[in-house]
Formats: sequence, structure tokens, C-alpha cells
Amino acid sequence: MIGLQESPEVAAAAAAPIAGGGNWTLHFLQGITPEAVPGWILPIVTASISVGVVIAMISVIAMLSVWLERKVSGHIQCRYGPMYAGGWHGWAQTIADGVKLLTKEDMVPSGADKPLFMLAPAIVLGAIFGAFVAMPLAPDYFFADINLGVFFILGMSSLTTIGVVMSGWASNSKWSLYGAMREAAQVVAYEIPLGISLMVALICAGTFNLIDASEAQRDFWGMGWFIFKNPFVIPAVVLFFVATLAETKRAPFDLPEAESELVAGFLTEYSGIRWSFFFMEEYAAMFLMSLVMAVFFFGGFESPVTYLAAESMGLGYDHLVTNLLGAVTLIVKSMMGVLLMMWIRWTLPRVRIDQVMTMGYKYLTPLALVCVLGAALWEAGKQAIL
Amino acid sequence: MPEVTASAKKFFPEPRILPGGEREFMMDVATSDLEVSMGPQHPATHGVMQVLLRADGEMVTAAQPHLGFLHRCAEKIGENVEWLQYLPYTDRYDYLAAMNNNLGYSMAVEALLQVEIPRRAQLIRMICVELNRIASHLVAFGTYGLDLGAFTPFLYAFREREWLLMIFEKICGARLTYSYLRIGGVFNDAPPGWLQEVEHFCDVFEEKWKEYYDLLMVNKIFVERTARVGVITKEQALDFGLTGPMLRGSGVDFDLRRDMPYLLYRQAFEDGAFEVPLGRGEKGELGDCWDRIYVRVKEMMEALGIVRWCLGCIEEGPVLGEVGKTLKVPPGEAYVAIENPRGELGHYVLSDGGKGSSRCRVRGPSFCNLAIIEDIMPGTLLADAVAIIGSTDVVIGETDR
Repeated sequence: MIGLQESPEVAAAAAAPIAGGGNWTLHFLQGITPEAVPGWILPIVTASISVGVVIAMISVIAMLSVWLERKVSGHIQCRYGPMYAGGWHGWAQTIADGVKLLTKEDMVPSGADKPLFMLAPAIVLGAIFGAFVAMPLAPDYFFADINLGVFFILGMSSLTTIGVVMSGWASNSKWSLYGAMREAAQVVAYEIPLGISLMVALICAGTFNLIDASEAQRDFWGMGWFIFKNPFVIPAVVLFFVATLAETKRAPFDLPEAESELVAGFLTEYSGIRWSFFFMEEYAAMFLMSLVMAVFFFGGFESPVTYLAAESMGLGYDHLVTNLLGAVTLIVKSMMGVLLMMWIRWTLPRVRIDQVMTMGYKYLTPLALVCVLGAALWEAGKQAIL
Repeated sequence: MPEVTASAKKFFPEPRILPGGEREFMMDVATSDLEVSMGPQHPATHGVMQVLLRADGEMVTAAQPHLGFLHRCAEKIGENVEWLQYLPYTDRYDYLAAMNNNLGYSMAVEALLQVEIPRRAQLIRMICVELNRIASHLVAFGTYGLDLGAFTPFLYAFREREWLLMIFEKICGARLTYSYLRIGGVFNDAPPGWLQEVEHFCDVFEEKWKEYYDLLMVNKIFVERTARVGVITKEQALDFGLTGPMLRGSGVDFDLRRDMPYLLYRQAFEDGAFEVPLGRGEKGELGDCWDRIYVRVKEMMEALGIVRWCLGCIEEGPVLGEVGKTLKVPPGEAYVAIENPRGELGHYVLSDGGKGSSRCRVRGPSFCNLAIIEDIMPGTLLADAVAIIGSTDVVIGETDR
């Protein structure tokens, strides 16, 4: 373990007990590596493995979400959706589609800015992958324990906008340009209420760290969610959710790709696997935003189930079973958010660009500020009284 | 004052002193409107129509519809084929309302033939035409939702439309191009049980209609998107010769079924089987997109009333008048206009006593209704342009013929 001592972070990570948090992959590798291997290799290997896990996880989530979207839309519209591929309710349809998209010709339209055109999907997907790094998989398993975790996630997911604007500009199509401009305007307008309404939960949590925020909701048999603790969180959730829809380009805010207006917006000229990158980003972003919402408003890993395992069964919060239950809880909560987004998409018409702007600047932002003020006063009052 | 270099002068030229003493700078930055070609392959043009848009950002400053991508010489064909042979061609211009087209052409030729149509044939014609009106308005309603980004109402509308098409298939074997109403009456009698199924459809549809109304028509976003958008005033509507829901949406009380009745519509109206719904500016201004789509949605219910009235007074009898195998049309000319789902569908036929018409002219409602978008589109947003095109409910097959 000579090599490890050269790096203070790695040394700290090695010193921390597994149960106390940290990267399990690193600990596991440290356990099985012979001493002859230099210590600096381990973090690199760990990082590579983590990236692989993130990519695999997002791909699976995206595939599952696409399938789910098709089933949800189908059942909302009195039809079944995919039923054949893979046997059970067409579960393999997305895989089949993915293979089809992979084998399609890679086309760049004439007159397009080729480097930008090819770079845009990579930036979009890379940004969202990057955002997932700050996502905790389980209460004690994460890739990067960033104390400004939620800022990192919001920042990285905003980076996708650059990719979208890039794709719209590079496509050499007027519809794409329209889509890109709409995306830019929309994201700028909705980042503000998104951040401010999240502030409400941050005031309750007192931390930017996702794991700490989740832990702060552990009381009341795992039901001490912020939405139950502070009345101003309830409107804040609604504001956050609306802003999330706009941020992830979901209906009724799907103006950047408004099918009936802009043909397909910034996606118009894309085909094959590049096109599917944008789609993966959309579903990954939906999941990520729902996850942030679940962590900061709906209790994160905490639920009566985890409480039961940790307290009643006496396993404690560091036990593997509790961790697994926490992970499942969070994924279920996030998928609920994703389902809600799908339900809305297949129910509501699209709003117009001026209505989007009006709503963002004129209603959501002031309301979010009022919520922040109210929540802050409530928390201050609570501390003064108790 | 600091020295101004030559290159800086290019960007910051000498100010012009305004009368109030203020200084006005003219910046040398080129801005121009974006010319966008919406169509012929565009999801919102409902076919192969092209609208050339000039847009300042999202704001449309000029719009010009271009037609002719689907031109199939329908009128010229009318001069080259026999009277009955032309009937299938009428199916194909307004393919969403083929029964109405059959009726218009048949009635024009019947006007020359002076043939009497049996009562049962007239009633079956009315049932078919009104059911076809419902089917056509269902498409208009569904695709309008689609234009505004609401996908689900489209599928709901097509669920009922599917049943209607099956009803049509049972009576004439075709789902879209019927050629069922023919010169002298209808092609064949309704099969056993058909009228009962139509009655059943009426009962079910009445319930579903409420669903549509609640799902889309009074949806807040839908109202926001359509109210006060694409307003056509009464005067404009009359000036442009609009007909059908486009005209009634602007509050002009005119419906050929009531004002120039054909078939048995006069009796139906006197028995209170239907009313003529008008736009009232309920959600915004009179003559906006919401009013037009509202008129269509209401007309579905009125059409249902007519179908019920027909079912109530239908009796056994022949379904084809005395026309003979080969038509002997006496020389003369006739113009017959009927109320198509989209407005006044007029057929002008000129006979020189030969096997076919020597001139066959069609006055298509879609074609006449489309012209107004050039006037009402400037000044709206790009998304409104889509809403306006959708609210005209054009069928490109008929504008181009």
C-alpha cells in the first residue's frame, strides 16, 4: 500500500470504512490487488469501471423508459404499443430499434458544419452522463460524493443545451435553427424557477449533497419528507416539476422539437445512432430530474420500507439490505416522476413560445421566490420556537 | 471627445439629431426576414401543400400557399369519361368526404336527367352523407389536436372513425372511396342489420362526443392556443367567399342544408332534427380558430340528429330511380351545390347529349377557403400559423384536384 499513501485523497478513501460511504469499487479493488501494483492505477481503473456502470445504467434506463413511454402512450390511446419483440409485451422492442439505428447509414446533410454536427450528439450525451456521476446509486454507494452535488447535476444537465444549440446551428436547416433558438430561450427562462424552487428544498435540507439531503428526511418512520415538513415545499414541487418539463423538453414544453410546427426541430437532420443519442439524453434527463425531485422533495432513499429494514429489523442504515432497499426506493420514486411526465405528454397540447416565456418569467419565477421566502421564514420560525 | 477611427466609424456612424434633441444612431447590421418553406413535406400542411413563410424570428410576416402538388386533372378527366365512369373520380378529390362528393356529382347529373329519386334512397343518402360528415369532422378535430401537439385526441377520434369506416364498408365494400351514392339513387340497399348498427353507433357516439369536448375543446392550453388566433371577421369571411364551418365560425348564419335544401333536409329541419351551430366568440373573439373548431365539433352532434331523424322515418322501397343502364343525358347545363363538411361543394356539368359531360367543373370548398390564410397569417407566431392552417381543415386532394 506504499503507492496509496502518495495521494492524500486515495489514502483517505482507503482509510474510511466501507460502511461509512465511499466507492465500493475502489475498496473492492484495493482488497484484491497485489501490493506490487502501483496505487495510482486503482483510481483510474475505478473511474473507468464507474463510467462503464454509469453508461450501462443510463442506457438501460433510457431503453426501459422508451419502452415504457410506448406502452404508456399506447394504453392512454386505447392501443397496446409494442407487443411482439422479445415476447412479453414487446420488452425487447427498444433493443431491436437500437440495433436498427446502429446499422443505419451515418448521414451528414450537405452544407452542414460537419465537425459541429458530429460533435453535438456527443456533447449532449456526454453532459448527461457527466451529470449522473453525482448521482448516488445507494445511500452508501456513489461515484463522486460532491458536497455541491445538486449544483453539479443542474450545471451538467444545462450543458446539454449547448449541444442542442450546436446541432441546430450545424444542421443547415431552418427548422433545426428554430428548434435550437427555442431551446436556448426556453432553458434560459426555466433554469431560474428550476433553481429557485429547488432552493426551497435546500433550505429545508441545509445541504447541497444528495445523500445528506436524503438522510435529513429519515425521521417519522422514513416519511419525514420535505414535502410533509414545510407547507411551502408543496407549491415548490409543482413549480420544480413544471420547470423540469421545460428543461427536459417534454410536452407541453416540447417546443424545440415541436413535431407539427418544426418538423422535428433540432432533430430534423439527424438520423441513425446520432439521433438516438438525443433520445437517450432526453430519457436520461427525465430520469435525472425526477431523481433530483425525489431526493429533495420526496424523501430520497427514505421510505417506511427502509425504515423497517434499518430500525425494526435492526439491520441499521449501513447494512447491504438497507442500501439495496434504499436504491430500489429511489428508483421507484424517480420512475414515478418519469411516468407522470409521460402521462402529461400524452394528455396535453403544446404551449406556444410566447406563453412559455410568459409562464417562466411572469409566473413561475416570482412564485418560486415567494416559496423560498415563505419556506425560509417557516424554517426560521420553527428553529425559533423549538 | 476621443478620436474615432475609420473602422469604428463604420459601426458607430455619425448620429442623426432628432427634433427633440435626441441623437439617433443607425447601426450597420444587416437583418433580414427568414424565408421558410413549410411543406410540401411538412406534418402540419395536411398533405402535399406548400406554404412559403417569411418570418421575423418566430413572427410570420408573410405567408403564401402554393398548390398543385397533387393535381390529377380531375375536371379534364370528367370530359373524357362517361357519366357514370366519372363517379369514382369524385371520391378522390375530397377523400375524407367521398359520400358528399358522390352526392354532389350525382345530383348535378340528376338535375339534367330530371329523374325522381325514391324516398328510401334519399334517406340512405342522407344517413351516409351525415355519417361521412362526422367521419370527416373527426379527422379535422383529431388532426387539429395533433397540430397543437395533443396526440391522444387524434387516436380517440380515429377509434370512432374506424367504426364509421366499418359501417361504410358494410354498405358499399369500401372504406374511403365509396362510389356508393350514384346517379339515380344509391348503388344497393342497406344490408340487414345495418340501420340498427347505425343507431347503435349514434348512441355510443353521443357519449364519446362529450369525452372529446372535455378532453380537448375546454382544455386550458388548447383554448389559449386557439382563442384570439387567426381571427376572421364577418366581412372578411364574406369577402373571401368562405363557406362551411369557416364561414359559420365567423358568425355568418348560412348553411346550404337549411337555406337551399336538397334531399329531405327541409323536412328534417322543420322537424327540428338539426340546427346550424355558429361561432359566438365564446372563448375569445368571434371568428377565431376556437370558434371554427367548435362549429365542427358541434356539427358532429347535429349530423347525429339528422341521422336519427332519417332512421326514424325510413321505410322499405326501391333505392334506385329509373335511370337505365346507359345514361341518356339531355343537352343542357346544371350547377348543384351541396354542403360538404368543408363548405359549399358545387358541381357544374354541361351536357351536349353525348356519353359524358363536355365540361365538368368543381367548386371545391377547401380551395376557396384556403385563400384567406394569406391575409390572416401575417403578424402571428409560427405556432399560430400551424393552428390557422389546421383550422381551415383543407384537404389537399380537393384544392389541387
